[in-house]
Amino acid sequence: MTATATAIPVQKKARRSDRPPRQVIRQPLAERVAPYLYIAPFFVIFAIFGLFPLLFTFYVALFDWNPIGEQTFVGLANFERLFADQRFWNAFVNTFGIFLISTIPQLMLALGLAHLLNHATLKMANFFRMALLVPYITSVAATALVFAQIFDKNFGLINWMLDIFGIPAVNFLSSQVGSWIVISSMVMWRWFGYNTLLYLAGLQALPREMYEAASVDGASGWQQFIHLTIPSLRPIIIFTVIMSTIGGLQIFTEPLLVAPESGLTCGGGRQCQTLALFLYEQGFGQFEFGYGSAVGVALFVIVVVVSLINFFLTTRTRKAR
Amino acid sequence: MSDVIDQAVPQSPQEALVRPQLNRRRHGGRVGKVGWPVYALLIGAVFISVFPLYYMFVIASVGASAVTSIPPRLYPGFNFADIAAKVFETVPFFQSLLNSVIVSLTVAVITAILCALAGFAFAKLQFPGRNALFLIVLLTMTVPAQLSVIPQYLIISWLDWVDTLQAIIVPGLASAFGIFWMRQHMSTTLNDELMQAARIDGANSWQIFWRIGFPVVRPAAFVLGLITFTSVWNDFMWPFIVLKSPELFTVQIVLKQLQANRTIDLALTMGGSFMATLPLLIVFFFVGRRMVAGIMDGAFKG
Repeated sequence: MTATATAIPVQKKARRSDRPPRQVIRQPLAERVAPYLYIAPFFVIFAIFGLFPLLFTFYVALFDWNPIGEQTFVGLANFERLFADQRFWNAFVNTFGIFLISTIPQLMLALGLAHLLNHATLKMANFFRMALLVPYITSVAATALVFAQIFDKNFGLINWMLDIFGIPAVNFLSSQVGSWIVISSMVMWRWFGYNTLLYLAGLQALPREMYEAASVDGASGWQQFIHLTIPSLRPIIIFTVIMSTIGGLQIFTEPLLVAPESGLTCGGGRQCQTLALFLYEQGFGQFEFGYGSAVGVALFVIVVVVSLINFFLTTRTRKAR
Repeated sequence: MSDVIDQAVPQSPQEALVRPQLNRRRHGGRVGKVGWPVYALLIGAVFISVFPLYYMFVIASVGASAVTSIPPRLYPGFNFADIAAKVFETVPFFQSLLNSVIVSLTVAVITAILCALAGFAFAKLQFPGRNALFLIVLLTMTVPAQLSVIPQYLIISWLDWVDTLQAIIVPGLASAFGIFWMRQHMSTTLNDELMQAARIDGANSWQIFWRIGFPVVRPAAFVLGLITFTSVWNDFMWPFIVLKSPELFTVQIVLKQLQANRTIDLALTMGGSFMATLPLLIVFFFVGRRMVAGIMDGAFKG
C-alpha cells in the first residue's frame, strides 16, 4: 500500500511541475489514510446490511430454514418448488401487469406535462412544480388507504361517477385487472409529478435557440413535442424507465393495505399479490425463510435480467445517435 | 491558516461558478405565448395531485357520513379536532409521531454529513482504489435492498436489534445515492485553488472539509437531508418487519393499526393518514421550492 500511496505525489508533481516535490511527499500517514476513513462508514454499513444479506440470500435459499426451528440443507429443492408454484407465477404476472399499466401511462403523462411546463413565459411555474410534488411527499401507506376508499365498491367516488354515466358499480378488487388498475393508479399518482420534474430539468438544459428555430420554421407545439422534446429526453426517459422498473419490482405496501380483509394475499384469489408481498408472506407469514429467500433470489435474477435489457437498449440508442 | 480561508471564502468564487449555469437555465424553455388550454391542463394535473390528500381531509373533518351520502360530500366539515382527538385515543399516535421524528431526523442529518464527507473524498482527494470504490457505490444504487429482507432480518436479530429504533436508523445510513449526489455537488462547486491555499497553510483534509467543503455544499446537503427525511418518514416495509411493540411504531405502522377499524370508522383512518402527512406538508410549505430545485438539479447532473 505504501508503494501505491507514494505514487500520488508523482502525479501531482507532473501536473504542477513548478512545485518542489518534497512538500507533497511529506504528507503524513494520517492524511493518506484519511480518505478511506471518510468513505468507511458507507462501506461498513453497506457491507453489513446490504452486500452480506444479498449474498446470504443465496445461501439461505438452499435450506429449509425455520427461524425458530432447525435449518436443513435441501439444495435446489426450494427452487424446484418455486418453479412449480402457481402462487409464484401469479405474483410474477401481477407484478409485471401492475408495472406495465402504471409505468407507460405515467411516463407519457409526465412527458406531456413537462412539455407544457417548459414554456419560458409560464406564470406561476413554481406553484405548478410544487403542487405536482405533493404526491411524492405523501406516504404510500396513506395513499393506499385513501385510494382504497376512492375505489371502494359501495361508497367510492369512482363508482359514484360511473353511476352518473349509467355504468353499474365495479368491484375493482375482486378481479385481477381491476385490482391492477387500483394499485397502478396509486403508483402513477405518487410518481407522475416527480418524473415530470426530471423531464422538465432535462428540457430546461436544452438551448432555447432550438425551440426558437423550430418556431421560426413554423413547427406547431405538437410537432415540437414529437421532434424536439421526446428525442432530446431519450437518456432521461431510459433512466426513469429503469427507476420505475426497480420500484415496480418492490411494490409491497399498496397491495398489503388496499385489501386488508385478506391479509397477506391481497384478495382471496391472490388477485393483486406482488412478488415482494409473496416473499413477505412466505418469510414472515409462513416462517419459511429458505423458501422466501428463494423468492428473493428469483427477484434478484429478474432485476439483473431487466437491467441487462435496459443496458442493451441504452447502448443501442447511443449508437443510433 | 484561517486568514487565507476567511479571506477567500466570501461568496465570489462559488458564485462565479454557479452563475453561468443558472443563467443558462433561465434561458431554457419554449418560446411564445402560453395559451389558456395550457393552464387548464396544468390546473387539471394540480387537481389530480392534490385531490386525494384533500379528500382525506374531507372525510376526516366530516366523519364517516361523508362517503355514505349521495352525492358524496366533497367539501370539509368542522369535526377534524374531534376525529384527531379520537385518533390520539385509539392508537399511540403522539408516541409514533415522536418515533418517526427521531428516526427520520437522525437518519437525515447523519446521512447528509456522511455523504458530504464521502462525496468530498471521492470528488477532491486522490487515493488508490478511488475509482473502483466509486464504481461499487454506483452499482449498489441499482440493486433494490428489499430482495434480501430475510437475511437482513436475520442480521438484525443476531445483533439483538429486533424491535428497536436503531434497527431502522443504522441500516438507513448507507446511502449510495447520497454519495453520488454529494460528489457531484462537491466537484462542481468546491474551488480547487481555495483547497490548495488551505493546504499550503497547513490545513489537513478534515479541516478543509469542515471549513471550506461542507459550507460550500451546505444547500445541497440540506436538500439531500430533506429527501432522506421524506423517504424514511414514509417507509413502511422495513419498520413493519422489525418493529413489534406499539410504543416503538412509526406513524406509517400506526396507520396499519388504524386500518383495522376501517370498516367501523373510516374517518379515523383518514384522520390518521392526514395527520401522518401533515408534518411533511408543513415542512414542504416552507422549503418546497428548494426541494423542487434540488430534484431537478439532481436530474440535471445525473
